[in-house]
Amino acid sequence: MSPARPALRRPPLLGPGFHRGFGRGWLTAGFLFLYLPMAALVLASFNASPLPARWGGATLRWYRELLQDGELGAGLWLSVEIAAWAATASVVLGTLAAVALTRYRRFRGRTLFGGMVSAPLVMPEVIVGLSLLLMFVSVQRWFGVPERGALTIWMGHVLLGLAYATVVVQARLEGMNPALEEAAADLGARPLQVFWLVTLPLMAQALAAAWLLTFTLSLDDVVLSAFLSGPGSTTLPLVLFSRARLGQRPDINAAASLIILVVTIGVTVASVLLARAERRRAAELRAAQRPTG
Amino acid sequence: MAAPASYLQIRDVVKDFGTGSLAVDHVSLDIHKGEIFALLGPSGCGKTTLLRMLAGFETPTAGEILLDGQPLGGLPPYLRPINMMFQSYALFPHLSVRENVAFGLKRDGLPRDEVAGRVDAMLRLVQLRGYEQRKPHQLSGGQQQRVALARSLVKRPQLLLLDEPLGALDKKLREETQVELVNIITEVGVTCVMVTHDQEEAMNMASRMAVMNEGCVLQVGRPGEVYETPASRFVADFIGNVNLMDGAVAVDEPDYVEIDCPDCRHHVGHGITGHVGMAVTVAVRPEKIRLSRERPLGLHNQVRGTVRDKSYFGSFTVYHLVLASGAVLKVSESNVDRFREDAPEEGQEAWAAWSSTAQVVMAP
Amino acid sequence: MTPAGRPLHATLLDRLVSHPMVRRHGRATLIGVPYGWLLAFFLLPFLIILKISVSEMEEVTFQDLVTWQDGRLTLALQLRSYLAILGDRLYLVTYLISLKYAAVTTVLCLAIGYPFAYFMARARPAAQPALLMLVMLPFWTSFLLRVYAWKGLLMEGGLVARGLGALGLGAPAAALGLIPAEGLWLNTPFSLVVGMVYTYLPFMVLPLYATLAKLDVRLLEAAADLGATPWVTFWKVTVPLSTAGIIAGAMLVFIPCIGEFVIPELLGGPSTLMIGRVLWDEFFSNNDWPMASAVAVTVILLIIVPLALFNRYQAEAREVRR
Repeated sequence: MSPARPALRRPPLLGPGFHRGFGRGWLTAGFLFLYLPMAALVLASFNASPLPARWGGATLRWYRELLQDGELGAGLWLSVEIAAWAATASVVLGTLAAVALTRYRRFRGRTLFGGMVSAPLVMPEVIVGLSLLLMFVSVQRWFGVPERGALTIWMGHVLLGLAYATVVVQARLEGMNPALEEAAADLGARPLQVFWLVTLPLMAQALAAAWLLTFTLSLDDVVLSAFLSGPGSTTLPLVLFSRARLGQRPDINAAASLIILVVTIGVTVASVLLARAERRRAAELRAAQRPTG
Repeated sequence: MAAPASYLQIRDVVKDFGTGSLAVDHVSLDIHKGEIFALLGPSGCGKTTLLRMLAGFETPTAGEILLDGQPLGGLPPYLRPINMMFQSYALFPHLSVRENVAFGLKRDGLPRDEVAGRVDAMLRLVQLRGYEQRKPHQLSGGQQQRVALARSLVKRPQLLLLDEPLGALDKKLREETQVELVNIITEVGVTCVMVTHDQEEAMNMASRMAVMNEGCVLQVGRPGEVYETPASRFVADFIGNVNLMDGAVAVDEPDYVEIDCPDCRHHVGHGITGHVGMAVTVAVRPEKIRLSRERPLGLHNQVRGTVRDKSYFGSFTVYHLVLASGAVLKVSESNVDRFREDAPEEGQEAWAAWSSTAQVVMAP
Repeated sequence: MTPAGRPLHATLLDRLVSHPMVRRHGRATLIGVPYGWLLAFFLLPFLIILKISVSEMEEVTFQDLVTWQDGRLTLALQLRSYLAILGDRLYLVTYLISLKYAAVTTVLCLAIGYPFAYFMARARPAAQPALLMLVMLPFWTSFLLRVYAWKGLLMEGGLVARGLGALGLGAPAAALGLIPAEGLWLNTPFSLVVGMVYTYLPFMVLPLYATLAKLDVRLLEAAADLGATPWVTFWKVTVPLSTAGIIAGAMLVFIPCIGEFVIPELLGGPSTLMIGRVLWDEFFSNNDWPMASAVAVTVILLIIVPLALFNRYQAEAREVRR
């Protein structure tokens, strides 16, 4: 067990004061840049005037209208449904793919497999969407199924999610001590039992992260959904996109603010919980190191 | 009448990873039931590969391994009556101490109360009663090791494998744990094969050991045998410290030989298979040599030199003596007296002497 | 040599795993399931669009490609679409424009993102998780909405538009060709680049941060000990050691940027026509499937080179770490 590395200190770049000031300044400016649009949206959602250029006084009118917006509501429901199923399938397939890539060094077509898994990560969605759509149409011509709709959107989202999930799970697997799985086998666990009893529980956090990641990606997806949707399967991003193209719409501002609020609460709660668990774990580690034998 | 087959037979085992040289090169070993057997050697000598073949994580390229007469063949690890204690302990972080130890028993499908009973008995043996609910990260290094030991013993395996058992512990803890470990293993009575690069650990814990280098076994024997009668230069040098002097046989008699070296003449009190003029190497361990300021009595087994370094280690002192030929002789003297007035100092001349039973004569 | 006593009640899963068929083909199943999915939904579609790109309209049967004439097999490939691509300057220009904006975005993301990641890695260890969360939070909110927000900020009278005008940046920007005229910040190259950099910045910051956070500070101390000033240390030690992160970030920004559709659609203008938009139009507006397929195939082929390099680099990095 090697000694802990010293924490990254701050040797001066051009002088300690300049360094600290420059750093703080850059970070602050960067975060302002990142959060400015979100703040603007929230502000605009309370603007009585539909034009962002003029401030017409504070109002909750847009939120009230939002609650009655059936199209948005339907889109939201559909998006959440698709996203949940897509995330689940992505995690399952991604775990299988990650295990295959880490545990088996050589098998026929491994390079092709690795390439196909990671390609959706970088390929433009327009191309992925176009190819999938053409394939679905062709298959429909031959077999009569599938009709373009929620199912086809789901399939496209899983393709994308698979790539991300594999990356996350693979990173976790490669960091895992291989001796743990060997120890389980040595103690009498058959390969599937090793996976179920040891590998999977240790991957739990990575699996959760992968699920959330693919859920968000699916929920947010515009291009693939546009290509692969059919009548009656308009997802929330598609609704928003068609409205956004037309210009500024205050109902979008209200919807956006709500989404931002939900996400902020979610991320903050998650970070606080994680930080607390981390602190508890560090304390337990320190307690164990004290000489008691 | 043929001798009874040993408990663990490793017969001409070869492991080839395709890197050009063999990781394990035709190794044959016989390990008896109940003994603690150590595989000792530098990194890369093949000892860990051999251990993993016993465990079932690697399959031999050639040769066979038999446990109690039964060939292990390509049997996967989860079907072998063999358990291993890993160097990193490999405790399951998401399970408690109790669940870790019970893991193997549960895989065998034993009834719940029997599992509980055996786990309790094992935890009592390793003195971890009261720690059942803790998770591995809540334990100290020494406690983790005891859990790992308990986990590998609770299934009453026919063979216990230890992979560098004390590597992760600091010096003080290591000494205490060595004794404890041997006591527990002997009490349980299990046959044990351990791998280590630490010679003190091997000599202290094992009843017999094999010294390995580059995939081959160089010598097998009890620690005393291997230490006092090394079979080759490598073994003599790897274990402990040694002075190696090259020379030629001058006198060859049935009950003694005399060997001429550049700096001195050895009188060895036993015969060797050889002839006059044969080139040999004489090995003398530093602790077998006595230093004195005056010239000792006798004609042989002595040499004069200048003290180059003197290192004080508390219970013993190590001198480096530069001889006439430029060779350096290492001498280790126990500090029997609290203050010794005639101890040689750096820069001074001194005489080194040893008895005629102190040398080991080996091929060059 | 089997362990004493088999399980009294083997679960379904255990029985499934112990079945000789699964035991022998378990590995194949494990690899096969995701492999099959990818073959069906990745490779197959690619082959199909390849086929369509060399055909008349959207027939997916092979009758029009392969015919039997005079006892010989003849292949009739309709290369009309490809010839159109090669012949019509529009496609070449559009592709080059896409490359240009992708490159500009990558460089800007690197310029802004590297110091960002650097100072994040230098912050107090206790503050770093919070900083990381702050960078990730926008990522979890809808990217569409945030891009849409920029429309509101850059349109006439929008906050940023007014701010930029007040700072007097209108004239220089117009002179540089970033905006067609003073005050018109939206639907210009400027707004497009702002939108792209904004969206892809986290993709650059995260791999850079991951690499810089792992940097062994003792190396920097050693450099200082040997007489290197902080500036020299930065360029001769820190930057070379973070090459892996730079390349990863650059790939994660550059390649997707080439085919971006949403951002050019919402924030771009007539002079920023990118290849993603061309594909969309060919398919949805013109209904010319072979054309769209041909464009797609071309873009894929042109992307494969950087993609292959990316994969090769990742694989090598993994082996080195092993």
